[in-house]
Amino acid sequence: MDGMNPRYDVTRIREDFPILGQVVRGKKLVFLDSGASAQKPRQVIATMTRCMEEAYANVHRGAYRLSETATEAHEAARAAVARFINAADAREIVFTRNSTEAINLVALSHGRGVLKAGDAVLISEMEHHANIVPWQMLRDAHGVELRILCVTDAGEIDLEDYATKLRDGRVKLVAVTHMSNVLGTVTPAAQITRMAHEAGALVLFDGSQAAVHRAVDVQAIDADFYVFTGHKLYGPTGIGVLWARLPLLEAMPPVYGGGDMIASVTLERSTWAEVPAKHEAGTPAIIEAVGLHAAIDYVNAIGMPALEAHERALTEHAMARLSTIEGLTILGRAQDRGGVFAFALDNAHAHDLSTLLDRVGIAVRAGRHCAEPLHTRFGVEAGTCRASFGLYTTLEEIDFLADALVEARKFFTPKEAARVR
Amino acid sequence: MFDDLRDLYQEVILDHGRKPRNFRRLEDATRTARGDNPLCGDRIELFVKLGEGERIDDVAFQGRGCAISTASASLMTETVRGKLPAEAEALAAQFRDLAMTGTCPHCDAALADEMERLSPLSGVHEFPSRVKCATLAWHTLHAALAGTKEASSE
Repeated sequence: MDGMNPRYDVTRIREDFPILGQVVRGKKLVFLDSGASAQKPRQVIATMTRCMEEAYANVHRGAYRLSETATEAHEAARAAVARFINAADAREIVFTRNSTEAINLVALSHGRGVLKAGDAVLISEMEHHANIVPWQMLRDAHGVELRILCVTDAGEIDLEDYATKLRDGRVKLVAVTHMSNVLGTVTPAAQITRMAHEAGALVLFDGSQAAVHRAVDVQAIDADFYVFTGHKLYGPTGIGVLWARLPLLEAMPPVYGGGDMIASVTLERSTWAEVPAKHEAGTPAIIEAVGLHAAIDYVNAIGMPALEAHERALTEHAMARLSTIEGLTILGRAQDRGGVFAFALDNAHAHDLSTLLDRVGIAVRAGRHCAEPLHTRFGVEAGTCRASFGLYTTLEEIDFLADALVEARKFFTPKEAARVR
Repeated sequence: MFDDLRDLYQEVILDHGRKPRNFRRLEDATRTARGDNPLCGDRIELFVKLGEGERIDDVAFQGRGCAISTASASLMTETVRGKLPAEAEALAAQFRDLAMTGTCPHCDAALADEMERLSPLSGVHEFPSRVKCATLAWHTLHAALAGTKEASSE
């Protein structure tokens, strides 16, 4: 277990995840698709069940004990999220369905309400579709310009290009990933915000991957908006987070109207509640918020530094093993990267490869991982396979993947060619 | 490690996947259609030339895809050449049955030889997420013959 922190007991951690004991086609499950959605520990499952069995009612409404209990649990989740990313104030946390909805909320509200026609939004080439499409929609509906920030061949933000694109001062919002879901690149967040702020732009980070793999401190990186999602952080689906600095959230007009987001309603007009309620119309995902709180507690109990160290060991090991495989191309060579690897074999299409890997129990994602422009940028339009790690991933699983890739390449090598060799 | 996958990836499929037949543009095509699988990025452009008596005189394709979708398109071009559109459509329907169930109980005896040639693809029925790879070319052929221009295997 060289390179692995001896105090990080991955065997014990795996026991918390019931699904990891599963057998796929007679083979032990090797789950390497946590970047798409992570598995859930018992602690999250039990907390959500207990919420429904013992403490469930609608929130912010009833003046009876059960509703008060549910409201307290919901607001405790908000406070836990605030601490998790070191937000200055729990009111800066808006619950959404997922990261996608959080970005759309900013595009629809800040985008249409605060940005003006002629302003520019800058996104990078390595964005997930969730951080591309909402800005294209804003451009088409509202007349802002959409600029694209180049990525280097290593898969890092091109900082010279960044300076150039900011120079005329028209960029008012930079929306970039904090960690690429394809290349694993961790972007230099503090530098990105410093350069943007000097040029008069705000910065939104898509933290869907980063929040899982790195300790996030929104104040230290001086972000303006930060979004992430619960289901990649070992929590449930249906709950995501928009964090924004309080004055920004206050200036943003609500996108959805309805219950919970109003101060008063007459048949003629309504007034809005204070943030964050203003941006959370309707009954929220109460059980899911409680589940996200449990997931954060779970991650904190292991400790973000320990988790980061575990992941660094996995990432280094994976890079060492995968880069020696003949015919295998790994996308991106960023200096600072996390446990996400997209790769292509020279003689197998990503879908054929994933079918083979599935046969021996390995779950990887195949395709373009909701990042079609990035695959075009790297000349792999046909797609890649992606292995992404979680806190339960082991070095042995990476070895197994590497061995399987070698065998897969042999499988797709024509018989005659194999004989000649 | 993967020996039990030889049923799915038979040598004929790997061969057609690597060296697809009729992989070219048909400049004098009378019908064309595009097939897309937006989920996985597979894309095919199909060219059909209908000649005397509306028979399929020539058929070819271009595009990109996995071994199964490429082999399926390649084998399709070989089996539908010389057929009437109605015969090709009948073959398409039978092939879809084969791909989805692994058998074709109601198959037309007149098309038995063609179905035999396509039988290496029957293994996909055990892989629900791969059935669409095998049927994309046939959906596209249907679109070309029906004149709808676009097909999706979604």
